[in-house]
Amino acid sequence: MTDQQQLDLRKDEVEAGTTTGLASPSVDVTKERQNSLWSDAWGELRRNPLFWIGAVLGVFFLLMALVPQVFARGADPRSCDLSNSRGRPSAQHWFGFDTQGCDYLANVVYGARNSLIIGVIAVLVILLLGVLVGAIAGYYGGFTDGILARIADIFYALPLILGALVLLRVGPSTGIPIINSRGPGAVAIALALFGWMTAMRLVRSQVIAVKSSDYVAAARAMGASGRRILVRHILPNAVAPVLVYATITIGVIIAAEATLTYLGVGLQRPAISWGLQIEAGQDSIRTAPHLVLFPSLILTLTVMAFVMMGDALRDALDPRQRA
Amino acid sequence: MSQPSEHGATAASSLSKSSPSKSSPSTEAAPGAPTLAKPAPSGLRGSLGEPLLEIRGLQKHFPLTQGIVFKRTIGHVRAVDGVDLTLRRGETVGLVGESGCGKSTVSKLIVALERPTGGSILYKGKDVARMGGRALKEYRREVQIIFQDPYASLNPRMTVGDIVAEGWAVHDDVAPKKGRLKRTQELLDRVGLNPDYVNRYPHQFSGGQRQRIGIARALALQPEVIVCDEPVSALDVSVQAQVVNLLEDLQDEFGLSYLFIAHDLSVVRHISDRVAVMYLGSIVEEGTDAEVYGSPSHPYTQALLSSVPLHEPHLRGQKDRILLQGDVPSPADPPSGCRFRTRCWKAQDICAQEPPALVDRGQGHPSACHFAEARTVVPVDAE
Amino acid sequence: MTNLDLSKPTSELAPSGTPLLEVDDLHVEFRTRGGVVNAVNGVSYSLAAGETLAILGESGSGKSVSAQAIMGILETPPAVINGGGIWFQGKDMLEMSAEDQRKIRGPGISMIFQDALSSLNPVYSVGFQIGEMFRAHRGLSKKEARKRAIELMDRVRIPAAARRVDDYPHQFSGGMRQRVMIAMAIALDPRILIADEPTTALDVTVQAQVMDLLKDLQGETGMGLILITHDLGVVNEVADNVAVMYAGEIVERGTVDDVFSKPSHPYTEGLMGSVPQVEAKGGRLRPIAGQPPNLARIPSGCPFHPRCARRRLGADAAPGRECATDVPPLRLVVPGREAACHYSEEVLGVPAE
Repeated sequence: MTDQQQLDLRKDEVEAGTTTGLASPSVDVTKERQNSLWSDAWGELRRNPLFWIGAVLGVFFLLMALVPQVFARGADPRSCDLSNSRGRPSAQHWFGFDTQGCDYLANVVYGARNSLIIGVIAVLVILLLGVLVGAIAGYYGGFTDGILARIADIFYALPLILGALVLLRVGPSTGIPIINSRGPGAVAIALALFGWMTAMRLVRSQVIAVKSSDYVAAARAMGASGRRILVRHILPNAVAPVLVYATITIGVIIAAEATLTYLGVGLQRPAISWGLQIEAGQDSIRTAPHLVLFPSLILTLTVMAFVMMGDALRDALDPRQRA
Repeated sequence: MSQPSEHGATAASSLSKSSPSKSSPSTEAAPGAPTLAKPAPSGLRGSLGEPLLEIRGLQKHFPLTQGIVFKRTIGHVRAVDGVDLTLRRGETVGLVGESGCGKSTVSKLIVALERPTGGSILYKGKDVARMGGRALKEYRREVQIIFQDPYASLNPRMTVGDIVAEGWAVHDDVAPKKGRLKRTQELLDRVGLNPDYVNRYPHQFSGGQRQRIGIARALALQPEVIVCDEPVSALDVSVQAQVVNLLEDLQDEFGLSYLFIAHDLSVVRHISDRVAVMYLGSIVEEGTDAEVYGSPSHPYTQALLSSVPLHEPHLRGQKDRILLQGDVPSPADPPSGCRFRTRCWKAQDICAQEPPALVDRGQGHPSACHFAEARTVVPVDAE
Repeated sequence: MTNLDLSKPTSELAPSGTPLLEVDDLHVEFRTRGGVVNAVNGVSYSLAAGETLAILGESGSGKSVSAQAIMGILETPPAVINGGGIWFQGKDMLEMSAEDQRKIRGPGISMIFQDALSSLNPVYSVGFQIGEMFRAHRGLSKKEARKRAIELMDRVRIPAAARRVDDYPHQFSGGMRQRVMIAMAIALDPRILIADEPTTALDVTVQAQVMDLLKDLQGETGMGLILITHDLGVVNEVADNVAVMYAGEIVERGTVDDVFSKPSHPYTEGLMGSVPQVEAKGGRLRPIAGQPPNLARIPSGCPFHPRCARRRLGADAAPGRECATDVPPLRLVVPGREAACHYSEEVLGVPAE
């Protein structure tokens, strides 16, 4: 059975306007605005265990970033006692102690904040750049599109990590605010600057596809303005895959941040970050493997949470899956 | 110029009652609904038969380009190359042709989605290409389009009510802000949809129902002309007939004029008063349905008609099948002279040199063939 | 191993009395998350050598699904064949091993589809794709297969076959691509060719050529042809017999001449009234009211009753023939004609027995 046939079967569930009246099932017409594609997608999402695992993990780490005190079991990441150096995990100190003798659970928990801040800021910048440039390139096409696409290609030629690495290395020697500080803002901007192209291409191809659709032609034929067409017709239909991409990208950026920090160009001590913890822990991996294990585990879970949510979102929003 | 507000009032109120549909509990239950008599068809719109759209020598050439940023033009696709057509008030002109003949481009040119390369489209005597701001906006209200694909022509993220009412956001003089919901429901009822479904989304409807939504959207602006671009070819047979009947009823009721573009020769004959046959960007024959179907004089029309399968067992085998040789030439490189000569069994030297004009050659209707000769291809059903 | 002999051409088969294909009470359902979709609900027909059977129906009538079941190309899951049998030359295909079924596909039954472009692989030349049939099933060499491919392209009247054999699918027009598909389908001289909407995507002049070609090929080989379509004109011009499907059931069956001249099921009658004809402008169309049913919720009784103009409900109905409660069986109405309607005699205008 083809997709179209399956779609047709679904359509016929609603016998709207049947002229016989007999075949029409009782339909609840009291509810306002029922069954939009968004609410259908939500219904789909709700039934997807992948989404729930991702969402529970995501909320868990989000809370961890917001109120780390609650998760650190009363320990302060900065009150250390060298006598506890590299202490093994115990009932009181679940993750043990690091080389300086600080409570490791508190350190790992406090690391969530930087990771999430960087992930969210970077993705917001990526979305801003990607949607803006992609919508312009796709909507206007022609020469504008050619120029913007080539600019994106130039950025594509620089791998994300390499580009961010170079920028963060030379950043402190420039006078540009934020970039010269090596704080979370600098890392986020460095990652966004070399990671917006995929979002742009996604938006561009969506806008081009929607732009040539019949309903946009219908709106143009009735004299709707360019702004109206962009806002009412093109963007609402182009945004779904971008949302999916953004969700997954939060995870990817968090991993990239840890990579940069591990390589020594990301966040600097005394900032608390999983990348720094892994970097510091690798020297004692044989004597105290928990120093690498715990931040890596939490990092992986965080990245997975966002990737899982993104995957579930894709399944829910992709109309071809819906039959 | 028509008077949108005055006419609007009559058309709107007529919506609520003249509907033959029985499916609308809400309108029937409302005793206060205005029940004005149906307006005389096209009473306010000027006389029947006056030309509304006059298309003269219409051309659309799409450039073929190479290059990525700096594009070079290496040729042109002559999608529409010299089309003449007149649409009069209250009539239906059918435009038939096979895929790639340019008939859809003609529809896009008429609703000003594309700019013509040459020739002109005159609407009520004014050149559409020269219309500016306000005049063009008014033109876009008066000339509406219905698309082929009922799945692609409705925005999936808008409710049916918003889709139908969208035109009023652009042309806010057509319907006062107050009562737009009621007007939308009347329109839905008129096209045979349950008016309670204004808040539903397109994907909840079947193909035929979606096509009705598209028709309601076009009707909302009280147009004079509706360009129907293959409006029933994506629908199931039983649903096709419902939509054809609806279009016929709406025409009688509102005095609409249709340009009905389709590849299905039977549907075109059924709905059209006059028929134009298109081949490779230009019109090869034109006339009333009886002239074109009963005594086609262009070889292409004859071949086309001879290929249509008949539905009556007793007529089977009673027509000569004219099989055409080869494929349609590329519109980027059309043959010289007569476009059809490469596949024509009548072709002579003159056909390669001189393009035949679309004029009456003694058949009673225009035909673009140097050797036009009427021939009965479709057997007449004697039953 | 199946002991079917598929080496002899169909035309040399002695008319042994067993039809080439018998479908008996076939049921197919799709188990989806939204519920069970009953796509085919008890379809039976048979096909003899040289016969053309048209299966006429609208989208969602189950006409394509039943053909895919015969061909063994249904995606399972979600599809489940949950009843009935398919006998190919007296052997039940549903009882066979997958390997034996595969051996029937090609030399026994083969199929062409509506969309020739997506059915052909864009990265191989058409000659290679036609030749593939000979290499895979007959073990011919590459060179030999190419030669046979050119012969076949000639046979389906592709002009300049020897020159075009190395061209790729996108270099052919729609009609020519459909011919390439037909060439692949008849490469192994199938006993049965199933054509699923073979001309729906084609222009009317090309459609006529392709239908002529199919008829001629059938005349040459004596194969049985199952033509699945929604186009009444094509059925009338090409088929001997017709089975009209609605909501996964056959509602009427007979010769094309009989059914088209005087339908005996209200649905067939409605279809005839829905289509304009090219022969005459005709009066107002008489469409069937309402929409085709949702196969996940087929109406009780006669599946057509909610749309039927002739339905009889409650006290109007004859005992045991209430349209909304009693399912009408497919029964013999007059000799040579079966219909699934309680009141077929009335539709046909003959006295009921």
